[in-house]
Amino acid sequence: MEFKNPQQELERFRSRLAVAGGFVLLCFTLLFIRFVWLQVVQHDYYQTRAEDNRISLVPVVPNRGLILDRNGAVLARNYSAYTLEITPTKTRDLDQLIDGLAAVIDIQPKDRKRFRKLLEESRNFESLPIRTRLTDEEVAKFIAHRYRFPGVDIKARLFRQYPGGAFASHMLGYIGRINDKDLEKIEAKEAEANYRGTEHFGKTGLEQHYEFDLHGETGFEKVEVDAGGRAVRTLAHTAPVAGNNLTLTVDAELQRIAELAFGDRRGALVAIEPATGGILALVAVPNYDPNQFVDGIDSQNWKELNESPDKPMVNRALNGAYPPGSTFKPFMALGALTLGKRRPEQLISDPGYFNFGGHHFRDDKKGGHGMVDMYKSIVHSCDTYYYMLANDMGIDNISAFMGSLGLGSRTGIDIDGESEGVLPSQEWKKKRFKKPEQQKWYAGETISIGIGQGYNAYTPIQLAHATAIVANNGVVFRPHLVKYITDTRTGQKTEIEPQPTRDIGLKPEHVDVIRNAMIGVNKEGTGARAFAGAGYVAAGKTGTAQVFSYKGAEHKTERMQAHLRDHALFIAFAPADKPTIALAILVENGGFGAQAAAPIARQVLDYYLLGKRPNAPAPADEAAVEEDEE
Amino acid sequence: MNRGIGLATLRDLLQRLVAPIDGPLMVIAGLLLLLAVGVMGSASPERLNAQLLNVAVAIVLMRVLAQVPPQRLMHLAVPVYLLGMLLLVAVALFGDVSKGARRWLNLGFMRVQPSELMKIAMPLLLAWFFQKREAMPRLRDYAFAAVMLPLPVALIARQPDLGTAILVLAAGFYVIFFAGLPWKILIGMAVAGIAAAPLAWNLLHDYQRNRILTLFDPEKDPLGKGFHIIQSTIAIGSGGIFGKGWRAGTQAQLEFIPERHTDFIFAVFSEEFGLLGNLLLLLLYAALIVRGLMIAANAATLFSRLLAGAVTMIFFTYAFVNMGMVSGILPVVGVPLPLISYGGTALVTLFLGIGILMSIHGNRMLVQK
Repeated sequence: MEFKNPQQELERFRSRLAVAGGFVLLCFTLLFIRFVWLQVVQHDYYQTRAEDNRISLVPVVPNRGLILDRNGAVLARNYSAYTLEITPTKTRDLDQLIDGLAAVIDIQPKDRKRFRKLLEESRNFESLPIRTRLTDEEVAKFIAHRYRFPGVDIKARLFRQYPGGAFASHMLGYIGRINDKDLEKIEAKEAEANYRGTEHFGKTGLEQHYEFDLHGETGFEKVEVDAGGRAVRTLAHTAPVAGNNLTLTVDAELQRIAELAFGDRRGALVAIEPATGGILALVAVPNYDPNQFVDGIDSQNWKELNESPDKPMVNRALNGAYPPGSTFKPFMALGALTLGKRRPEQLISDPGYFNFGGHHFRDDKKGGHGMVDMYKSIVHSCDTYYYMLANDMGIDNISAFMGSLGLGSRTGIDIDGESEGVLPSQEWKKKRFKKPEQQKWYAGETISIGIGQGYNAYTPIQLAHATAIVANNGVVFRPHLVKYITDTRTGQKTEIEPQPTRDIGLKPEHVDVIRNAMIGVNKEGTGARAFAGAGYVAAGKTGTAQVFSYKGAEHKTERMQAHLRDHALFIAFAPADKPTIALAILVENGGFGAQAAAPIARQVLDYYLLGKRPNAPAPADEAAVEEDEE
Repeated sequence: MNRGIGLATLRDLLQRLVAPIDGPLMVIAGLLLLLAVGVMGSASPERLNAQLLNVAVAIVLMRVLAQVPPQRLMHLAVPVYLLGMLLLVAVALFGDVSKGARRWLNLGFMRVQPSELMKIAMPLLLAWFFQKREAMPRLRDYAFAAVMLPLPVALIARQPDLGTAILVLAAGFYVIFFAGLPWKILIGMAVAGIAAAPLAWNLLHDYQRNRILTLFDPEKDPLGKGFHIIQSTIAIGSGGIFGKGWRAGTQAQLEFIPERHTDFIFAVFSEEFGLLGNLLLLLLYAALIVRGLMIAANAATLFSRLLAGAVTMIFFTYAFVNMGMVSGILPVVGVPLPLISYGGTALVTLFLGIGILMSIHGNRMLVQK
C-alpha cells in the first residue's frame, strides 16, 4: 500500500482545481462570445424580431360605398349590427355548443343551416356568424352567459343592406363572403393587403363589377400585442377610407314602375337614354332578395331559388337570348335603305306568302297585304316584305348591318357575364356546327331571318341598345348603369363614358323613314291600342317570338303549355322627334307583343315623359292582335 | 452599567451569529440576490415576497450548516445518501405525477422532491468514501464510485428529470475528478461516451430527444418545441449592449418569454440589462466560483477539499447549463439560474452548499488527524 504524501497530494489536488478553474473560464468565455454574437453582431435582427412579435397590424375595414340612383335615392347601404360568432377551431362539439346557445338566444333551424353552409365554405380559422342582427336584449343575455361558451363572441359588424329588397336586384347584385374565386380576383389586382379583414366581395351585378371602387381603403391599427395575441395598447392608427359611391343613370322610380308593370309575369325591360347610353331602367323578373345573401344564404332558400322553374336567379335582361320576332323589321328596313336594297316608296306585292324554291313562306295575314311599301311593311308588320328583302340582301349583308347595331355582341354594360346572343351568318354557322353538311348556309335559311326568326337570338339589352342607336341617328354610346363615381374623400366625381364610342354612319333621311313607320305602328298599327290617347308621340314596334315547340304534344301539362306560348316583345323610343328614352321589353310566354309588351311600354313612357303613375300592373290586352288580323 | 453589559452581550451575540459566515462569499451571494430581487420585480413582481421568504429560510439553513464542522458532515454522509436513495425508490413507486413527470413525494403534510437532496448527498458520500480510503485511491475505489453514482442518476433520469440527473452526475463526477481520477481513464471515458452516444440517444425520452433536435434548428417548429428557444434568443439579442431597461423588455413584459420567472429568467435579465448586465452576472458567478475553489484549495482534509471543490463546481454547472440553454447553445433541461430563478427548492440546495463551503472555510486550520 502506497502511503500518503500530504504535500504531493495537495499539489495534485490544487492542479486539479486549476484545471477546473480553467474549464470554468473556458465555458464562461464561450457564453460571453455567444452573448456578443446575439447582442452585438445579431442585435438588429433580433431587435426586428422582437418588434414583429409585439406589434400587430389590425385591419380596420372601410365602409363600402353606397349605390344611389340618379336622384340620390339609396339602393344599397350599410348598417352596423351585432352578430353572434363561433370560432369553430376553438370549439370541440359544435352541435352541442349550438344547442347550448339556442337555450340562451333564439337560433332558428335556418340559422343552423346557414352556419353549416358557411362552415363548408370557410377558408381559414375565422369566426363565423351563427346569428346576425342581435337585439340589445339578446346581446345582454349572451354576455351574462358568455363564460359557458368559449369560442363564442359578440361582434359589431357592418352589413350591406338593400333597402328595396328584391327591387332592382339583378342590376345591383349582392355581396357574399369571400371564396377562393374571389381571392383569385383580389390576387390578380394585387389587392391582398387592402382586403385584409374584409369578409365580403361583390358576387353579381354592380356590386361585382365595381367591387374595387366600392371597397375603399382598409385602415390599420398598429397595436401592441402580448404573446396570447391580446391587444395591450394602440400605438398608431390609420383611418380607413370609405369606398366610392356609385351614382347610377337609373331612375329608381321608373325602375319601380317598370317592375310593377310586369305583375307576376316573367321577362325583362331595358330603357336607355339614347343621347348618353345611360340606362334608365333595367328590369329582369322574377327577381330575388339580395339581402339574404349578405350573411350567407341558408341551403333551403338557395335550393328554392336555384330550382324554381321561373329561374329568378337569371338576369333575363343580359343573359336571356330570344328571337326578336317582328321587332327585327325596322332594323332590316334601315339596313335595306343604308345598303340601297330598297327605296321607301318601292312597292312589293304580297299574295300572303313568299315562294322560295317551291316552298311557301307564309304571311300571318291570309291573302296578304296587297301592295306594300316600307311604311306599311312596318306598321302592319308584313312578313312577305321581309322574306323578300332578306332574300335580296343576303345573309352576310344582314349580319354585317345588324352587327353594326350591336346585335349579337356584348354591349359592354357595366355588369359582368353578359351573353352574346346569336347573330347568324355563314361564318357563325361554320363555327357553330361540326358536321360539314350542317356548316353550310342555305339560302332558304336567310328568309326567316328577315322576320326575326330562325337562328336569331338577342338579349333584351341588345335590342334596347340597337333601338337607342337608331333613335340617336347612328351614334353609339356604350350602355352603362353608373353615371359617376364619387370619391368619398375628395368629393371628386368621375363621369363614366360621356363620349360616344362610334358612329355607324346612318343617313338622317333613312332614319326618318324608319321613325315615321314606327310612329305609324303606335298610331294606326299593332301598337295603336296600347298607345291610344298618349300625350306624346312614341315610335314603336311589336314582336312575337315563337317558342320552339316540343314534339309529342300529348304530354303537355298546363304549366308546359303556359311555357309554350310565344314571347311578347316591344321596342320603342320617345318622344319620336327628340328621343329621351329608348326601350326594349320582353315578356316570356306573354303571347303577342301588342298584348303583353306594349302596355308595359305605355306605363313606363307615361311615367318617364309625363310623370303619370299607373295604379295597377299593365293589363294584358287580350283583344290586341298581332300583325293585323282584323 | 446593566445597559453596558446588555450592549456587550448583544454585540457578543451578534458576533457569534456572524462568526461562521464567510464575508466574501456572503457579499457575492448578496449581490446576486440583489440582482435576483431586481429581475423578479420585473419578471414576476407578485412572486417577489414569496421569493424573499424563500431567501430568508435558505440563509437561516446556510447559517446553521456553516456552524456544523466537516467531521460532523462526514458522519452524515452515509445516512443521508441512503435516505436519499430510499426516497427516490419511493418516488418511483408512489410518487405524484406533475406535468408528466414523477418527481414529487407526498408526505401528507408537504411534498418533497428527493432528487434535490441527492445534489448534496452524492458529493458528500463520495468525499466521505475517498477520505475513508486514506490512501492514494486505486482503480477499485473508482469502481465503487462508479456504482454509487449512476444508481440515483438513473432513478432521477427515469422520473424524468434530465436537469437534476445531470447536476447529480456532475456533482459526483467532480468529486471523482478532484480525487485524482487518472487522465488516461478520463480520456477513455470521454471516448467511450462519444461512442455510446447513439445508445444513449435510444434511451432518451421522445421529448428529451426533441429538445436536443430543437437546439440545432429551433425554427423548424416555431410554435411548438422551438418556441422557448426562439423567444429567449430574441429577448437576449434584442437587449443589445445596454439592454432595454428595467421592466422595459417587450419580450418579457408581453409574456413572449415562457417560464420567465423560473428557468428562463436569464432571458428577462439579459433583455433588460443587455450585454453589460450579462458580463456583471458572469463576473459574480466567476467570483463565487473562485472563492469556492480557494476554500477548497485551503481546506484541512481530503473530505473537505473534495466536498468544497464539488459544491463549487455545482454552482458553475447550474450557471453554465442554464445560461447555455436560454441563449440556445445547450439543449433545454430543467436547470434554474442559481440564486436568481424563482423557487425555494433550488435556492435551499444552493445555500446549503454555501453553508458547507463556509463550514469548511471556518475549519481550515484544524489539525489533521
